[in-house]
Amino acid sequence: MKEYRTINKIAGPLVFVEKTEPIAYGELVNIILSDGSTKRGQVLDTSDELVVVQIFESTAGIGRDSGVRFTGETIKMPVGKDMLGRILSGGGKPIDGGPEIVPEKRLDITGAAINPYARSNPSDFIQTGISTIDGTNTLVRGQKLPIFSGAGLPHNKVALQIARQAKVPGSTESFAVVFAAMGITKEEANHFMQDFERTGALERAVVFLNLADDPAVERIITPRLALTTAEYLAFELGMHVLVILTDMTNYCEALRQIGAAREEVPGRRGYPGYMYTDLACLYERAGIIKGLKGSVTQIPILTMPGDDITHPIPDLTGYITEGQIVVNRDLHRKGIYPPINVLPSLSRLMNLGIGKGKTREDHKKVSDQMYAGYAEGNDLRGLVAIVGKDALSERDRLLLEFADLFENRFVRQGLDEDRTIEDTLNLGWDLLSTLPVEQLTRIDRDTINKYHPKFRTGAKKE
Amino acid sequence: MEVKTKHAKEQKQGVLKRIAGPVVTAVNLDAHMYDVVKVGKEELMGEVIKIQGDNIIIQVYEDTSGIRPGEPVSNTGLSLAVELGPGLLTSIYDGIQRPLSVLVDKMGNFIERGVTAPGLSHEKKWTFKPLVKSGDKIEAGAILGEVQETNIVHKVMLPPKEKPGVVKTIKSGDYTVDEIICILEDGREYPMIQRWPVRIPRPVKEKMNPTIPLITGQRILDGLFPIAKGGTAAIPGPFGSGKTVTQQQLAKWSDAEIVVYIGCGERGNEMTEVLTEFPHLEDPKTGKPLMERTVLIANTSNMPVAAREASVYTGITIAEYYRDMGYDVSLMADSTSRWAEAMREISSRLEEMPGEEGYPAYLAARLSEFYERAGLVRTLNGARGSVTVIGAVSPPGGDFSEPVTQNTLRIVKVFWALDAKLSQRRHFPAINWLNSYSLYLESLHDYYDKEVSPDWNKIRSWAMEVLQKEAELQEIVQLVGSDALPESEQVTIEVARMIREIFLQQNAYDAVDTFCDMKKQYDLMKAIKLFADLAYSAQIAGVSPTQINTVKAKNELPQIKFIKDYKSDLAKIEKQMDEEFNSLRSAA
Ligand SMILES: Nc1ncnc2c1ncn2[C@@H]1O[C@H](COP(=O)(O)OP(=O)(O)OP(=O)(O)O)[C@@H](O)[C@H]1O
Ligand SMILES: [Mg+2]
Repeated sequence: MKEYRTINKIAGPLVFVEKTEPIAYGELVNIILSDGSTKRGQVLDTSDELVVVQIFESTAGIGRDSGVRFTGETIKMPVGKDMLGRILSGGGKPIDGGPEIVPEKRLDITGAAINPYARSNPSDFIQTGISTIDGTNTLVRGQKLPIFSGAGLPHNKVALQIARQAKVPGSTESFAVVFAAMGITKEEANHFMQDFERTGALERAVVFLNLADDPAVERIITPRLALTTAEYLAFELGMHVLVILTDMTNYCEALRQIGAAREEVPGRRGYPGYMYTDLACLYERAGIIKGLKGSVTQIPILTMPGDDITHPIPDLTGYITEGQIVVNRDLHRKGIYPPINVLPSLSRLMNLGIGKGKTREDHKKVSDQMYAGYAEGNDLRGLVAIVGKDALSERDRLLLEFADLFENRFVRQGLDEDRTIEDTLNLGWDLLSTLPVEQLTRIDRDTINKYHPKFRTGAKKE
Repeated sequence: MEVKTKHAKEQKQGVLKRIAGPVVTAVNLDAHMYDVVKVGKEELMGEVIKIQGDNIIIQVYEDTSGIRPGEPVSNTGLSLAVELGPGLLTSIYDGIQRPLSVLVDKMGNFIERGVTAPGLSHEKKWTFKPLVKSGDKIEAGAILGEVQETNIVHKVMLPPKEKPGVVKTIKSGDYTVDEIICILEDGREYPMIQRWPVRIPRPVKEKMNPTIPLITGQRILDGLFPIAKGGTAAIPGPFGSGKTVTQQQLAKWSDAEIVVYIGCGERGNEMTEVLTEFPHLEDPKTGKPLMERTVLIANTSNMPVAAREASVYTGITIAEYYRDMGYDVSLMADSTSRWAEAMREISSRLEEMPGEEGYPAYLAARLSEFYERAGLVRTLNGARGSVTVIGAVSPPGGDFSEPVTQNTLRIVKVFWALDAKLSQRRHFPAINWLNSYSLYLESLHDYYDKEVSPDWNKIRSWAMEVLQKEAELQEIVQLVGSDALPESEQVTIEVARMIREIFLQQNAYDAVDTFCDMKKQYDLMKAIKLFADLAYSAQIAGVSPTQINTVKAKNELPQIKFIKDYKSDLAKIEKQMDEEFNSLRSAA
């Protein structure tokens, strides 16, 4: 392979190489440093005069005397069965002291789009044991459902609890977990690793770690390596895979950094205009393919800068994913765990995964009614602050109490409390029964007669 | 889409000079703007979008990884066009009219590149039934004959822009779309297929003013903010507020004869959902599977961005083609913001001077050109046809002041404003009744008068007034609580709640409530009005609002939404309402 020594400019993560033979767009590049070590990069722009290479590691040590080798192929990830249980760097190299991965295949990390015609609609209910997810924002197999959080909130605990407890009732298969960390601290990473080890989940996990002090640009490839691995496990080995990507905010910062280095016209708040498409190329790598056994379910985690849901990172994410679980600072301050605010949370695939034969026939209606009650009760808190409780009508007073009950009994639960969907729905009914029956306008008579604690004559008692 | 080369021999081959993502530069190429070219050894499809000296700038519809400078580029000499003819219905295409089902056969579950696939099957035979005979004089747009495409009859037409002529031979029987079915005296020959460049509107005889509503079965749309057949509407809203669900509801239940649904830069699963659901749903008018009247275009968010830009044009051209047959077509584009972003991305790669928020300066022009292709028309063959365009808009941060929303609002006549506050409390459809508007109310007045009820227009205004009044009262309630309001206004608050919860809220996932015909809409609103009239007169007679709120019949009313044959139940409720008020009044 020919080695060029024609680097003409280095700016941020970009290296400009002159006088090359025709180089392919997207090609993988190795830069050879004077000490013999190599750094990897990818061709971003190629012409007969100049080739622009984006380096995925720190550019420290690269100089005009460094060698440049164009490999003639796009970036590939070696994948194999024995990846399960392994810990890899954000660039895909083993860092657990174990042997190199024995590749059964080498896959392009960009991943092609799944043909919508080949997709199968996700519809298998995943029970996470968390009421605010199962009851009101149900996750289904093949969904991409991010956690929107803020700095200092317990989103990692929530993600771990999901990873620990997630199961499809009636199925004995447990999920394989692909975990990709981007720019998180060593301490956070340890927390994840210890939990995986404690519960034995590590055996069925592949971990990619790009920590806070690892090169920021490497974060561009970390999720792609993770998703390539997940697709391999799911669509070639037939496993059900849960992918946790954290923290997508750091990924987006890296994207912004590269955009700036390329002197692109920046979009909103300095993020590149193509960030929507770029994120979509990650998030869309979830789903189920007709006729294949496995599935890829994604739980990306991101911290909203300034807790602002309209910030471009959560905003663009929300436009791509199939809903979002929003972790809320006020609930956290009140000491409620998991501090999930159901009002801005949403699972768009919920309707496909619930109901008769999947969860329970009353599921949708109970959920809608609780939303309506909690939303109204929550609004009244503002009013009470002004006019006092006495000025409230009886109806409003009950709604106000409902909102408190909802937070303290439905939302709040233990770190290891694994509620079944029956538990969750029955709890919902218990809370709804504090409201007058006439007020349950979202629920039809038959359902009320069958499930409402006051009328539940024929229904089974637990 | 399959690309044929016009004059293969005459075109000289160009050479690639630079590749940077979806935009590449070629030299030594004879090219005109918007010519379709084949790029690289793999012959990826692209389109000329800029000419600068010797440099020909091309947007490529497929991923350009692995392409090198020095590879060949050839010009087809044709512009980007779609194939039009029998076989469009029930298809699902990507942005450049490649059938996704064919792509699965050719390259498996993932979309690879460098595969061409024609928009129509060129093998399938269709039974052609002529409607002209030899000796007939025909003009451009004339209907030559019919094919039973699905349950829809496909009219085979003389392409637009053709000179008039006299039919010499017209064949009947089974033909592929390429076989000649009509020969004119002057020797011109026509197959069933025609090709039309997507960026050019298909001509019509005249545009007319729309006067008939597109009935959607969605109460807030038909009842408060109707759209006319041939009209334009925009649905802007933050993520998760209900743009896609509303568009899909329209695709399912609106009384259009043909539906073109474009998933432009959105989710793969949403297209799959349409594909799995539609064949099992029945058109409420014809009883036939909805899929039979539908054409889907899916260029999801992770598919190449240049093809996303093209998808909108591919869709509207197909819509115009069916309009030319005399059909009422409705087109949903979800989301036009992704289309605008694709324009922005290509524009920034061309290093054009950016306008507002980085969008190209021609954003407004492109949007209005697109919406102008909607309309109720007299077609070239004298039929009435229409294209209704409904575009979703996805404003960053849900802020409507951004360029795509603002430029769209300048053009469209109906504005359905989605509101995150409503969707968060699961008030669906989360269309804000105070901000939304329809400019078609005037022109549709007569239709409602005749077809629904002479008092419909009055009841509609009444409901809007109550809602408006409620908004004002709520401001006071926020300060002093509802008990401080005068009694009649407390009744108003209650009536407004009923309008919101019974009439406006509609559950897309309930088997019955998902579609509500005009008669039922009228009956529901009438029942609420009945309650209001009884309540106000009871209040004047001295019944307190608290007592009025105990009327049980009121709580029964929402159930009507979920009952298919609701008439007798509704009559019972109305009777009970009357009785309860009577006893309240006599007690007072
Ligand atoms: N009419 C409706 N009836 C019941 N539920 C609805 C209705 N409209 C919206 N929803 C609920 O809201 C969710 C989000 O709606 P939808 O997917 O249409 O949002 P969107 O505006 O298209 O968002 P995005 O911009 O991210 O695509 C749906 O999954 C559904 O749960
Ligand atoms: Mg949508």
